[in-house]
Amino acid sequence: MKLDYTLRLADDALIMGHRLGEWCGHGPILEQDIALTNTSLDHLGRARSLYQYAAEQFNQLPTENKIKAFSSVALQETILAGKNLDEDDLAFLRDGWDFRNHLLVEQPNNDWAYTIARSFFYDTFNYYFFSELIHSSDESLAAIAEKSLKEVTYHLRWSSEWVVRLGDGTDESHAKIQYAVDELWMYTGELFVMNETDKETLRQGIGADLNKIQPLWLDRVKAIFEEATLNIPAGKWMQQGGKEGRHSENLGYILAELQFMQRAYPGMEW
Amino acid sequence: MSVQSFQEHFDSLIDREVTIEPKDWMPNDYRKTLIRQISQHAHSEIIGMLPEGNWITRAPSLRRKSVLLAKIQDEAGHGLYLYSAAETLGVTRDSLYDQLHSGKAKYSSIFNYPTITWADMGAIGWLVDGAAIMNQVPLCRTSYGPYARAMVRVCKEESFHQRQGFEIMLTLSKGTDVQHKMAQDAFNRWWWPSLMMFGPPDAESPHTEQSVRWRIKRMTNDELRQKFIDVTVEQAKVLGLEVPDKDLKWNEERGHYDFGPINWDEFWNVVKGNGPCNKQRLETRKKAWENGQWVRDAAMAHAEKRKARKAEAAKAA
Repeated sequence: MKLDYTLRLADDALIMGHRLGEWCGHGPILEQDIALTNTSLDHLGRARSLYQYAAEQFNQLPTENKIKAFSSVALQETILAGKNLDEDDLAFLRDGWDFRNHLLVEQPNNDWAYTIARSFFYDTFNYYFFSELIHSSDESLAAIAEKSLKEVTYHLRWSSEWVVRLGDGTDESHAKIQYAVDELWMYTGELFVMNETDKETLRQGIGADLNKIQPLWLDRVKAIFEEATLNIPAGKWMQQGGKEGRHSENLGYILAELQFMQRAYPGMEW
Repeated sequence: MSVQSFQEHFDSLIDREVTIEPKDWMPNDYRKTLIRQISQHAHSEIIGMLPEGNWITRAPSLRRKSVLLAKIQDEAGHGLYLYSAAETLGVTRDSLYDQLHSGKAKYSSIFNYPTITWADMGAIGWLVDGAAIMNQVPLCRTSYGPYARAMVRVCKEESFHQRQGFEIMLTLSKGTDVQHKMAQDAFNRWWWPSLMMFGPPDAESPHTEQSVRWRIKRMTNDELRQKFIDVTVEQAKVLGLEVPDKDLKWNEERGHYDFGPINWDEFWNVVKGNGPCNKQRLETRKKAWENGQWVRDAAMAHAEKRKARKAEAAKAA
Protein backbone atom coordinates (compact mmCIF):
# COMPACT_ATOMS: atom_id res chain seq x y z
CA MET A 1 0.00 0.00 0.00
CA LYS A 2 2.80 2.38 0.89
CA LEU A 3 4.51 1.50 -2.38
CA ASP A 4 1.34 2.26 -4.35
CA TYR A 5 1.01 5.54 -2.45
CA THR A 6 4.63 6.51 -3.08
CA LEU A 7 4.31 5.69 -6.76
CA ARG A 8 1.19 7.82 -7.11
CA LEU A 9 3.01 10.82 -5.67
CA ALA A 10 5.99 10.12 -7.91
CA ASP A 11 3.85 9.69 -11.03
CA ASP A 12 1.99 12.94 -10.34
CA ALA A 13 5.28 14.77 -9.98
CA LEU A 14 6.81 13.23 -13.11
CA ILE A 15 3.83 13.80 -15.38
CA MET A 16 3.31 17.36 -14.15
CA GLY A 17 7.02 18.10 -14.53
CA HIS A 18 6.97 16.61 -18.02
CA ARG A 19 3.96 18.68 -19.07
CA LEU A 20 5.44 21.94 -17.76
CA GLY A 21 8.74 21.07 -19.43
CA GLU A 22 6.94 21.08 -22.78
CA TRP A 23 6.65 24.86 -22.41
CA CYS A 24 10.40 25.42 -22.26
CA GLY A 25 11.37 27.75 -25.10
CA HIS A 26 7.74 28.50 -26.01
CA GLY A 27 6.54 30.72 -23.14
CA PRO A 28 4.74 34.03 -23.70
CA ILE A 29 7.30 36.03 -21.70
CA LEU A 30 10.95 35.11 -21.23
CA GLU A 31 10.79 35.56 -17.44
CA GLN A 32 7.76 33.25 -17.28
CA ASP A 33 9.49 30.67 -19.43
CA ILE A 34 12.17 30.59 -16.75
CA ALA A 35 9.61 30.44 -13.92
CA LEU A 36 7.79 27.48 -15.49
CA THR A 37 11.03 25.62 -16.05
CA ASN A 38 11.91 26.18 -12.40
CA THR A 39 8.62 24.66 -11.34
CA SER A 40 9.07 21.78 -13.75
CA LEU A 41 12.48 21.12 -12.22
CA ASP A 42 10.99 21.11 -8.71
CA HIS A 43 8.44 18.48 -9.78
CA LEU A 44 11.07 16.37 -11.49
CA GLY A 45 13.31 16.60 -8.44
CA ARG A 46 10.48 15.39 -6.24
CA ALA A 47 9.67 12.62 -8.72
CA ARG A 48 13.26 11.38 -8.48
CA SER A 49 13.26 11.29 -4.66
CA LEU A 50 9.94 9.45 -4.64
CA TYR A 51 10.91 6.92 -7.33
CA GLN A 52 14.14 6.21 -5.48
CA TYR A 53 12.13 5.58 -2.36
CA ALA A 54 9.59 3.47 -4.26
CA ALA A 55 12.42 1.40 -5.78
CA GLU A 56 13.87 0.83 -2.33
CA GLN A 57 10.49 -0.47 -1.13
CA PHE A 58 9.98 -2.56 -4.25
CA ASN A 59 13.38 -4.23 -4.09
CA GLN A 60 12.57 -5.59 -0.64
CA LEU A 61 9.45 -7.42 -1.81
CA PRO A 62 9.44 -11.20 -2.18
CA THR A 63 10.02 -12.25 -5.81
CA GLU A 64 6.48 -13.56 -6.38
CA ASN A 65 5.05 -10.16 -5.40
CA LYS A 66 7.52 -8.36 -7.64
CA ILE A 67 6.46 -10.34 -10.68
CA LYS A 68 2.80 -9.52 -10.09
CA ALA A 69 3.39 -5.82 -9.44
CA PHE A 70 3.72 -4.44 -13.00
CA SER A 71 2.57 -5.63 -16.39
CA SER A 72 5.21 -4.36 -18.81
CA VAL A 73 7.34 -7.09 -20.36
CA ALA A 74 10.49 -4.98 -20.07
CA LEU A 75 10.06 -4.70 -16.30
CA GLN A 76 9.18 -8.36 -15.87
CA GLU A 77 12.33 -9.34 -17.72
CA THR A 78 14.40 -7.06 -15.51
CA ILE A 79 12.82 -8.54 -12.40
CA LEU A 80 13.20 -12.15 -13.62
CA ALA A 81 16.88 -11.47 -14.33
CA GLY A 82 17.15 -10.80 -10.60
CA LYS A 83 18.02 -7.14 -11.01
CA ASN A 84 17.00 -4.46 -8.57
CA LEU A 85 14.85 -1.67 -9.98
CA ASP A 86 15.92 1.97 -9.86
CA GLU A 87 14.18 5.34 -10.36
CA ASP A 88 14.54 5.14 -14.15
CA ASP A 89 13.10 1.62 -14.41
CA LEU A 90 9.98 2.79 -12.61
CA ALA A 91 9.61 5.95 -14.69
CA PHE A 92 10.56 4.59 -18.10
CA LEU A 93 9.50 0.95 -18.16
CA ARG A 94 6.01 0.85 -16.66
CA ASP A 95 3.03 1.03 -18.99
CA GLY A 96 0.16 3.46 -18.52
CA TRP A 97 -2.15 1.13 -16.61
CA ASP A 98 0.49 0.88 -13.89
CA PHE A 99 0.73 4.66 -13.57
CA ARG A 100 -1.19 6.07 -10.62
CA ASN A 101 -1.16 9.82 -11.29
CA HIS A 102 -4.33 11.91 -11.16
CA LEU A 103 -6.08 12.58 -14.47
CA LEU A 104 -5.63 16.31 -13.88
CA VAL A 105 -1.86 16.37 -14.34
CA GLU A 106 -1.87 14.50 -17.65
CA GLN A 107 -4.23 16.99 -19.31
CA PRO A 108 -2.54 18.85 -22.18
CA ASN A 109 -1.01 22.33 -21.93
CA ASN A 110 -3.30 23.72 -24.67
CA ASP A 111 -2.65 27.38 -23.93
CA TRP A 112 -1.40 29.56 -21.11
CA ALA A 113 -4.85 29.70 -19.48
CA TYR A 114 -5.19 25.90 -19.39
CA THR A 115 -1.69 25.51 -18.06
CA ILE A 116 -2.30 28.08 -15.33
CA ALA A 117 -5.67 26.59 -14.34
CA ARG A 118 -4.22 23.06 -14.17
CA SER A 119 -1.25 24.28 -12.11
CA PHE A 120 -3.46 26.29 -9.79
CA PHE A 121 -5.75 23.34 -8.99
CA TYR A 122 -2.81 21.01 -8.50
CA ASP A 123 -0.64 23.49 -6.56
CA THR A 124 -3.51 24.25 -4.19
CA PHE A 125 -4.00 20.54 -3.62
CA ASN A 126 -0.27 19.99 -3.16
CA TYR A 127 -0.01 22.80 -0.65
CA TYR A 128 -2.60 21.30 1.71
CA PHE A 129 -1.57 17.74 0.94
CA PHE A 130 2.09 18.24 1.82
CA SER A 131 1.08 20.34 4.84
CA GLU A 132 -0.53 17.09 6.08
CA LEU A 133 2.11 14.69 4.83
CA ILE A 134 4.87 16.35 6.85
CA HIS A 135 3.22 14.63 9.84
CA SER A 136 3.47 11.19 8.23
CA SER A 137 4.75 8.43 10.47
CA ASP A 138 6.94 7.41 7.53
CA GLU A 139 10.15 9.38 7.92
CA SER A 140 11.10 9.35 4.26
CA LEU A 141 7.72 10.62 3.08
CA ALA A 142 7.67 13.22 5.84
CA ALA A 143 11.11 14.46 4.79
CA ILE A 144 10.15 14.65 1.11
CA ALA A 145 6.95 16.46 2.13
CA GLU A 146 8.88 19.01 4.12
CA LYS A 147 11.16 19.88 1.23
CA SER A 148 8.23 19.88 -1.21
CA LEU A 149 6.10 22.14 0.93
CA LYS A 150 8.61 24.98 0.54
CA GLU A 151 8.59 24.59 -3.23
CA VAL A 152 4.86 24.11 -3.49
CA THR A 153 4.19 27.25 -1.44
CA TYR A 154 6.03 29.19 -4.11
CA HIS A 155 4.24 27.33 -6.95
CA LEU A 156 0.87 28.16 -5.42
CA ARG A 157 1.72 31.83 -5.07
CA TRP A 158 2.84 31.94 -8.71
CA SER A 159 -0.19 30.17 -10.19
CA SER A 160 -2.64 32.09 -7.94
CA GLU A 161 -1.17 35.38 -9.13
CA TRP A 162 -1.61 34.28 -12.72
CA VAL A 163 -5.23 33.19 -12.18
CA VAL A 164 -5.94 36.67 -10.80
CA ARG A 165 -3.97 38.38 -13.57
CA LEU A 166 -5.86 36.53 -16.31
CA GLY A 167 -9.26 36.77 -14.61
CA ASP A 168 -8.88 40.48 -13.93
CA GLY A 169 -6.87 41.34 -17.07
CA THR A 170 -8.67 41.76 -20.39
CA ASP A 171 -12.03 40.41 -21.58
CA GLU A 172 -10.15 37.93 -23.70
CA SER A 173 -7.98 36.63 -20.86
CA HIS A 174 -10.99 36.48 -18.55
CA ALA A 175 -12.92 34.37 -21.07
CA LYS A 176 -9.94 32.10 -21.65
CA ILE A 177 -9.20 31.38 -17.99
CA GLN A 178 -12.89 30.85 -17.19
CA TYR A 179 -13.14 28.41 -20.09
CA ALA A 180 -10.04 26.53 -18.92
CA VAL A 181 -11.34 26.37 -15.36
CA ASP A 182 -14.69 25.06 -16.60
CA GLU A 183 -13.02 22.42 -18.74
CA LEU A 184 -10.65 21.20 -16.04
CA TRP A 185 -13.09 21.29 -13.14
CA MET A 186 -14.24 17.71 -13.70
CA TYR A 187 -10.69 16.49 -13.05
CA THR A 188 -10.48 18.05 -9.59
CA GLY A 189 -12.86 15.65 -7.82
CA GLU A 190 -10.45 12.76 -8.08
CA LEU A 191 -7.91 14.60 -5.93
CA PHE A 192 -10.14 13.93 -2.90
CA VAL A 193 -11.40 10.40 -3.56
CA MET A 194 -10.28 8.16 -0.70
CA ASN A 195 -9.51 4.86 -2.42
CA GLU A 196 -8.28 1.69 -0.70
CA THR A 197 -4.68 2.93 -0.75
CA ASP A 198 -5.66 6.24 0.84
CA LYS A 199 -7.75 4.55 3.53
CA GLU A 200 -5.11 2.02 4.42
CA THR A 201 -2.18 4.47 4.47
CA LEU A 202 -4.27 6.88 6.55
CA ARG A 203 -5.06 4.10 9.02
CA GLN A 204 -1.33 3.39 9.32
CA GLY A 205 -0.56 7.06 9.93
CA ILE A 206 1.43 7.23 6.68
CA GLY A 207 -0.97 8.98 4.32
CA ALA A 208 -2.99 12.17 4.43
CA ASP A 209 -6.74 12.52 5.07
CA LEU A 210 -8.13 13.84 1.79
CA ASN A 211 -11.50 14.58 3.41
CA LYS A 212 -9.75 17.09 5.60
CA ILE A 213 -8.00 18.69 2.63
CA GLN A 214 -11.05 19.10 0.39
CA PRO A 215 -12.76 22.00 2.25
CA LEU A 216 -9.44 23.80 2.62
CA TRP A 217 -8.80 23.40 -1.10
CA LEU A 218 -12.28 24.66 -1.98
CA ASP A 219 -11.99 27.70 0.31
CA ARG A 220 -8.69 28.69 -1.26
CA VAL A 221 -10.01 28.22 -4.78
CA LYS A 222 -13.08 30.30 -3.96
CA ALA A 223 -10.99 33.09 -2.46
CA ILE A 224 -8.67 33.32 -5.46
CA PHE A 225 -11.58 33.06 -7.91
CA GLU A 226 -13.31 35.90 -6.13
CA GLU A 227 -10.26 38.09 -6.54
CA ALA A 228 -10.00 36.99 -10.17
CA THR A 229 -13.75 37.56 -10.72
CA LEU A 230 -14.16 33.96 -11.88
CA ASN A 231 -17.09 31.63 -11.28
CA ILE A 232 -16.84 28.25 -9.66
CA PRO A 233 -18.07 25.87 -12.39
CA ALA A 234 -21.55 24.49 -11.91
CA GLY A 235 -20.67 20.98 -13.09
CA LYS A 236 -20.86 18.33 -10.42
CA TRP A 237 -19.83 15.26 -12.42
CA MET A 238 -16.23 14.32 -11.72
CA GLN A 239 -13.97 12.09 -13.78
CA GLN A 240 -11.90 9.55 -11.95
CA GLY A 241 -9.72 6.52 -12.58
CA GLY A 242 -6.13 7.80 -12.71
CA LYS A 243 -5.36 6.58 -9.20
CA GLU A 244 -6.51 3.11 -10.27
CA GLY A 245 -4.58 3.16 -13.54
CA ARG A 246 -7.52 4.06 -15.81
CA HIS A 247 -6.20 7.09 -17.64
CA SER A 248 -7.24 9.49 -20.36
CA GLU A 249 -5.83 8.99 -23.86
CA ASN A 250 -3.23 11.65 -23.08
CA LEU A 251 -1.04 9.48 -20.89
CA GLY A 252 -0.20 6.99 -23.63
CA TYR A 253 1.28 9.74 -25.80
CA ILE A 254 3.19 11.24 -22.90
CA LEU A 255 4.75 7.85 -22.19
CA ALA A 256 5.45 7.18 -25.86
CA GLU A 257 7.74 10.21 -25.86
CA LEU A 258 9.01 9.98 -22.32
CA GLN A 259 9.99 6.33 -22.58
CA PHE A 260 11.17 6.26 -26.19
CA MET A 261 14.92 6.06 -25.53
CA GLN A 262 14.68 3.38 -22.84
CA ARG A 263 12.39 1.33 -25.07
CA ALA A 264 14.50 1.66 -28.24
CA TYR A 265 17.82 1.13 -26.43
CA PRO A 266 17.04 -0.98 -23.37
CA GLY A 267 19.44 -1.70 -20.54
CA MET A 268 22.02 1.01 -21.23
CA GLU A 269 23.63 3.65 -19.08
CA TRP A 270 22.96 7.22 -20.13
CA MET B 1 32.98 69.68 -24.98
CA SER B 2 32.93 69.52 -28.75
CA VAL B 3 32.21 66.24 -30.52
CA GLN B 4 35.89 66.05 -31.23
CA SER B 5 36.85 66.23 -27.57
CA PHE B 6 34.11 63.69 -26.68
CA GLN B 7 35.71 61.41 -29.24
CA GLU B 8 39.18 62.01 -27.76
CA HIS B 9 37.93 61.25 -24.27
CA PHE B 10 36.26 58.05 -25.52
CA ASP B 11 39.41 56.98 -27.38
CA SER B 12 41.52 57.54 -24.30
CA LEU B 13 39.18 55.38 -22.20
CA ILE B 14 39.45 52.65 -24.83
CA ASP B 15 43.22 52.96 -24.97
CA ARG B 16 43.56 52.82 -21.20
CA GLU B 17 41.25 49.76 -21.12
CA VAL B 18 38.75 51.58 -18.91
CA THR B 19 35.21 50.29 -19.40
CA ILE B 20 32.61 52.42 -21.15
CA GLU B 21 29.39 52.74 -19.14
CA PRO B 22 25.83 53.45 -20.41
CA LYS B 23 25.93 57.13 -19.48
CA ASP B 24 29.30 57.78 -21.15
CA TRP B 25 29.41 59.43 -24.53
CA MET B 26 30.13 56.94 -27.30
CA PRO B 27 30.40 57.18 -31.08
CA ASN B 28 27.29 56.16 -32.97
CA ASP B 29 29.03 53.33 -34.77
CA TYR B 30 30.22 51.90 -31.49
CA ARG B 31 26.66 51.93 -30.12
CA LYS B 32 25.26 50.42 -33.31
CA THR B 33 27.89 47.72 -33.48
CA LEU B 34 27.32 46.80 -29.86
CA ILE B 35 23.55 46.67 -30.23
CA ARG B 36 23.96 44.42 -33.25
CA GLN B 37 26.44 42.11 -31.55
CA ILE B 38 24.72 41.89 -28.15
CA SER B 39 21.27 41.38 -29.63
CA GLN B 40 22.56 38.74 -32.03
CA HIS B 41 24.03 36.99 -29.05
CA ALA B 42 20.78 37.30 -27.07
CA HIS B 43 18.76 35.98 -30.02
CA SER B 44 21.19 33.06 -30.32
CA GLU B 45 20.51 32.12 -26.72
CA ILE B 46 16.75 32.19 -27.25
CA ILE B 47 16.77 30.37 -30.59
CA GLY B 48 19.40 28.05 -29.12
CA MET B 49 16.83 26.82 -26.59
CA LEU B 50 14.89 25.13 -29.39
CA PRO B 51 17.23 22.43 -30.75
CA GLU B 52 17.89 21.20 -27.22
CA GLY B 53 14.30 21.74 -26.16
CA ASN B 54 13.51 19.19 -28.84
CA TRP B 55 14.82 16.45 -26.48
CA ILE B 56 13.35 17.50 -23.11
CA THR B 57 10.39 15.16 -23.44
CA ARG B 58 12.60 12.29 -24.65
CA ALA B 59 15.70 12.50 -22.43
CA PRO B 60 16.78 8.95 -21.58
CA SER B 61 16.89 9.21 -17.77
CA LEU B 62 15.35 11.37 -15.06
CA ARG B 63 18.74 12.85 -14.23
CA ARG B 64 19.44 13.74 -17.87
CA LYS B 65 15.97 15.23 -18.22
CA SER B 66 16.49 17.52 -15.23
CA VAL B 67 20.00 18.53 -16.27
CA LEU B 68 18.87 19.31 -19.81
CA LEU B 69 15.95 21.42 -18.59
CA ALA B 70 18.22 23.30 -16.21
CA LYS B 71 20.69 23.93 -19.02
CA ILE B 72 18.06 25.33 -21.34
CA GLN B 73 16.78 27.45 -18.48
CA ASP B 74 20.29 28.88 -18.13
CA GLU B 75 20.16 29.84 -21.80
CA ALA B 76 16.91 31.71 -21.22
CA GLY B 77 18.70 33.46 -18.36
CA HIS B 78 21.60 34.39 -20.65
CA GLY B 79 19.12 35.81 -23.13
CA LEU B 80 17.66 37.87 -20.33
CA TYR B 81 21.01 39.35 -19.18
CA LEU B 82 22.00 40.10 -22.75
CA TYR B 83 18.72 41.77 -23.69
CA SER B 84 19.13 43.84 -20.53
CA ALA B 85 22.68 44.79 -21.53
CA ALA B 86 21.39 45.81 -24.98
CA GLU B 87 18.63 47.88 -23.36
CA THR B 88 21.28 50.03 -21.64
CA LEU B 89 22.20 51.22 -25.14
CA GLY B 90 18.76 52.70 -25.68
CA VAL B 91 16.81 49.95 -27.45
CA THR B 92 13.83 48.00 -26.11
CA ARG B 93 13.63 44.23 -25.88
CA ASP B 94 10.41 44.28 -27.91
CA SER B 95 12.08 46.15 -30.77
CA LEU B 96 14.87 43.57 -30.77
CA TYR B 97 12.31 40.75 -30.88
CA ASP B 98 10.67 42.50 -33.86
CA GLN B 99 14.00 42.49 -35.68
CA LEU B 100 14.44 38.79 -34.94
CA HIS B 101 10.92 37.87 -36.02
CA SER B 102 11.10 39.90 -39.22
CA GLY B 103 14.33 38.15 -40.16
CA LYS B 104 16.33 41.39 -40.03
CA ALA B 105 18.44 40.37 -37.05
CA LYS B 106 20.70 37.35 -37.24
CA TYR B 107 21.46 34.64 -34.71
CA SER B 108 24.11 31.95 -34.60
CA SER B 109 23.61 29.75 -37.67
CA ILE B 110 24.51 26.59 -35.81
CA PHE B 111 20.99 26.47 -34.36
CA ASN B 112 19.60 25.93 -37.83
CA TYR B 113 20.83 22.35 -37.76
CA PRO B 114 18.50 19.61 -36.49
CA THR B 115 18.97 17.57 -33.31
CA ILE B 116 18.34 14.06 -34.55
CA THR B 117 19.55 11.78 -31.77
CA TRP B 118 20.16 12.03 -28.04
CA ALA B 119 23.91 12.24 -28.75
CA ASP B 120 23.27 15.67 -30.26
CA MET B 121 22.68 16.90 -26.69
CA GLY B 122 26.24 15.82 -25.94
CA ALA B 123 27.69 17.22 -29.15
CA ILE B 124 26.00 20.59 -28.69
CA GLY B 125 27.26 20.91 -25.14
CA TRP B 126 30.75 19.79 -26.00
CA LEU B 127 31.28 21.48 -29.38
CA VAL B 128 28.79 24.31 -29.70
CA ASP B 129 29.11 25.50 -26.12
CA GLY B 130 32.85 24.87 -26.37
CA ALA B 131 33.10 27.10 -29.44
CA ALA B 132 30.84 29.68 -27.77
CA ILE B 133 33.18 29.81 -24.78
CA MET B 134 36.18 30.39 -27.05
CA ASN B 135 34.30 33.26 -28.62
CA GLN B 136 32.99 34.64 -25.37
CA VAL B 137 35.78 34.43 -22.81
CA PRO B 138 37.65 37.35 -24.41
CA LEU B 139 34.41 39.35 -24.18
CA CYS B 140 34.50 39.24 -20.39
CA ARG B 141 37.08 42.03 -20.83
CA THR B 142 35.26 43.84 -23.59
CA SER B 143 35.13 47.63 -23.47
CA TYR B 144 31.42 48.02 -22.76
CA GLY B 145 30.79 47.49 -19.02
CA PRO B 146 27.27 45.96 -18.99
CA TYR B 147 28.22 43.55 -21.79
CA ALA B 148 31.46 42.51 -20.07
CA ARG B 149 29.65 41.86 -16.78
CA ALA B 150 26.90 39.85 -18.50
CA MET B 151 29.58 37.80 -20.23
CA VAL B 152 31.29 36.90 -16.95
CA ARG B 153 28.10 35.22 -15.77
CA VAL B 154 27.39 33.65 -19.14
CA CYS B 155 30.88 32.17 -19.43
CA LYS B 156 30.77 30.60 -15.98
CA GLU B 157 27.59 28.75 -16.86
CA GLU B 158 28.72 27.88 -20.38
CA SER B 159 31.82 26.14 -19.13
CA PHE B 160 29.60 24.07 -16.87
CA HIS B 161 27.43 23.20 -19.88
CA GLN B 162 30.46 22.26 -21.90
CA ARG B 163 31.58 19.81 -19.22
CA GLN B 164 28.08 18.31 -19.12
CA GLY B 165 28.11 17.87 -22.90
CA PHE B 166 31.52 16.25 -22.77
CA GLU B 167 30.28 13.94 -20.05
CA ILE B 168 27.29 12.86 -22.19
CA MET B 169 29.69 12.13 -25.06
CA LEU B 170 32.02 10.20 -22.76
CA THR B 171 29.17 8.09 -21.39
CA LEU B 172 28.04 7.31 -24.93
CA SER B 173 31.44 6.64 -26.43
CA LYS B 174 32.38 4.32 -23.55
CA GLY B 175 28.94 2.70 -23.62
CA THR B 176 27.62 0.01 -25.95
CA ASP B 177 28.57 -0.15 -29.64
CA VAL B 178 25.38 1.53 -30.69
CA GLN B 179 25.92 4.33 -28.18
CA HIS B 180 29.45 4.84 -29.48
CA LYS B 181 28.06 4.95 -33.00
CA MET B 182 25.51 7.53 -31.90
CA ALA B 183 28.28 9.71 -30.43
CA GLN B 184 30.44 9.46 -33.57
CA ASP B 185 27.46 10.25 -35.79
CA ALA B 186 26.70 13.39 -33.80
CA PHE B 187 30.37 14.41 -33.86
CA ASN B 188 30.42 13.98 -37.66
CA ARG B 189 27.41 16.22 -38.08
CA TRP B 190 28.33 18.97 -35.58
CA TRP B 191 32.09 19.29 -36.15
CA TRP B 192 32.11 21.43 -39.32
CA PRO B 193 29.20 23.68 -38.34
CA SER B 194 31.02 24.28 -35.02
CA LEU B 195 34.11 25.48 -36.89
CA MET B 196 31.89 27.82 -38.88
CA MET B 197 30.66 29.37 -35.61
CA PHE B 198 33.80 31.53 -35.51
CA GLY B 199 32.63 33.31 -38.63
CA PRO B 200 34.20 33.79 -42.06
CA PRO B 201 37.97 33.85 -42.53
CA ASP B 202 39.64 37.10 -41.39
CA ALA B 203 40.27 38.20 -44.95
CA GLU B 204 36.53 38.23 -45.58
CA SER B 205 35.32 39.43 -42.20
CA PRO B 206 34.12 43.01 -42.59
CA HIS B 207 33.85 43.97 -38.92
CA THR B 208 36.96 42.52 -37.39
CA GLU B 209 39.49 45.36 -37.46
CA GLN B 210 37.30 48.07 -35.96
CA SER B 211 35.83 45.66 -33.43
CA VAL B 212 39.26 44.58 -32.21
CA ARG B 213 40.21 48.22 -31.68
CA TRP B 214 37.05 48.72 -29.59
CA ARG B 215 37.71 45.52 -27.68
CA ILE B 216 34.25 44.36 -28.78
CA LYS B 217 36.21 41.55 -30.28
CA ARG B 218 39.57 40.58 -28.82
CA MET B 219 40.81 37.83 -31.12
CA THR B 220 40.18 37.32 -34.81
CA ASN B 221 37.91 34.62 -36.23
CA ASP B 222 40.80 32.56 -37.54
CA GLU B 223 42.79 32.78 -34.30
CA LEU B 224 39.82 31.59 -32.28
CA ARG B 225 38.99 28.82 -34.74
CA GLN B 226 42.54 27.48 -34.60
CA LYS B 227 42.54 27.57 -30.82
CA PHE B 228 39.25 25.65 -30.74
CA ILE B 229 40.53 22.99 -33.12
CA ASP B 230 43.75 22.48 -31.16
CA VAL B 231 41.87 22.00 -27.90
CA THR B 232 39.00 19.93 -29.26
CA VAL B 233 41.12 17.44 -31.20
CA GLU B 234 42.82 16.48 -27.93
CA GLN B 235 39.43 16.08 -26.24
CA ALA B 236 38.22 13.85 -29.08
CA LYS B 237 41.17 11.55 -28.36
CA VAL B 238 40.04 11.21 -24.73
CA LEU B 239 36.55 10.38 -26.00
CA GLY B 240 37.90 7.81 -28.44
CA LEU B 241 36.11 9.54 -31.33
CA GLU B 242 37.47 10.24 -34.76
CA VAL B 243 37.61 13.83 -36.03
CA PRO B 244 35.72 13.83 -39.34
CA ASP B 245 38.53 15.55 -41.30
CA LYS B 246 40.92 13.46 -43.38
CA ASP B 247 43.27 16.45 -43.76
CA LEU B 248 43.67 16.98 -40.04
CA LYS B 249 47.36 16.79 -39.12
CA TRP B 250 49.61 18.21 -36.43
CA ASN B 251 51.95 20.85 -37.88
CA GLU B 252 55.11 20.88 -35.81
CA GLU B 253 56.37 24.11 -37.35
CA ARG B 254 53.19 26.09 -36.67
CA GLY B 255 52.54 24.37 -33.36
CA HIS B 256 48.94 23.90 -34.47
CA TYR B 257 46.74 21.37 -36.22
CA ASP B 258 46.31 21.86 -39.97
CA PHE B 259 42.76 21.17 -41.08
CA GLY B 260 40.79 20.64 -44.25
CA PRO B 261 38.79 23.23 -46.18
CA ILE B 262 35.59 24.53 -44.57
CA ASN B 263 32.51 24.55 -46.77
CA TRP B 264 31.83 28.28 -46.76
CA ASP B 265 29.23 27.86 -49.44
CA GLU B 266 27.17 25.86 -46.95
CA PHE B 267 27.84 28.46 -44.25
CA TRP B 268 26.59 31.38 -46.35
CA ASN B 269 23.58 29.42 -47.45
CA VAL B 270 22.61 28.66 -43.88
CA VAL B 271 23.16 32.33 -42.97
CA LYS B 272 20.89 33.33 -45.86
CA GLY B 273 18.10 31.10 -44.58
CA ASN B 274 18.68 27.86 -46.46
CA GLY B 275 19.71 25.74 -43.48
CA PRO B 276 17.70 22.65 -42.59
CA CYS B 277 15.79 24.36 -39.77
CA ASN B 278 15.93 28.15 -40.39
CA LYS B 279 12.24 28.47 -41.20
CA GLN B 280 11.14 26.13 -38.45
CA ARG B 281 13.17 27.88 -35.72
CA LEU B 282 11.93 31.33 -36.63
CA GLU B 283 8.34 30.18 -37.05
CA THR B 284 8.44 28.53 -33.61
CA ARG B 285 9.64 31.74 -31.98
CA LYS B 286 7.11 33.85 -33.87
CA LYS B 287 4.33 31.52 -32.88
CA ALA B 288 5.37 31.62 -29.21
CA TRP B 289 5.42 35.41 -29.38
CA GLU B 290 2.08 35.75 -31.18
CA ASN B 291 0.36 33.18 -28.96
CA GLY B 292 1.67 35.08 -25.96
CA GLN B 293 0.25 38.44 -27.01
CA TRP B 294 -3.04 38.06 -25.12
CA VAL B 295 -1.10 36.92 -22.03
CA ARG B 296 1.14 39.99 -22.09
CA ASP B 297 -1.90 42.20 -22.71
CA ALA B 298 -3.66 40.65 -19.72
CA ALA B 299 -0.65 41.16 -17.46
CA MET B 300 -0.42 44.79 -18.54
CA ALA B 301 -4.16 45.44 -18.12
CA HIS B 302 -4.17 43.85 -14.68
CA ALA B 303 -1.17 45.90 -13.54
CA GLU B 304 -2.89 49.10 -14.68
CA LYS B 305 -6.16 48.20 -12.98
CA ARG B 306 -4.32 47.45 -9.77
CA LYS B 307 -2.53 50.76 -9.89
CA ALA B 308 -5.81 52.59 -10.49
CA ARG B 309 -7.52 50.75 -7.61
CA LYS B 310 -4.64 51.58 -5.31
CA ALA B 311 -4.82 55.25 -6.24
CA GLU B 312 -8.58 55.18 -5.69
CA ALA B 313 -8.15 53.63 -2.27
CA ALA B 314 -5.53 56.21 -1.32
CA LYS B 315 -7.89 59.01 -2.33
CA ALA B 316 -10.73 57.55 -0.29
CA ALA B 317 -8.56 57.20 2.82
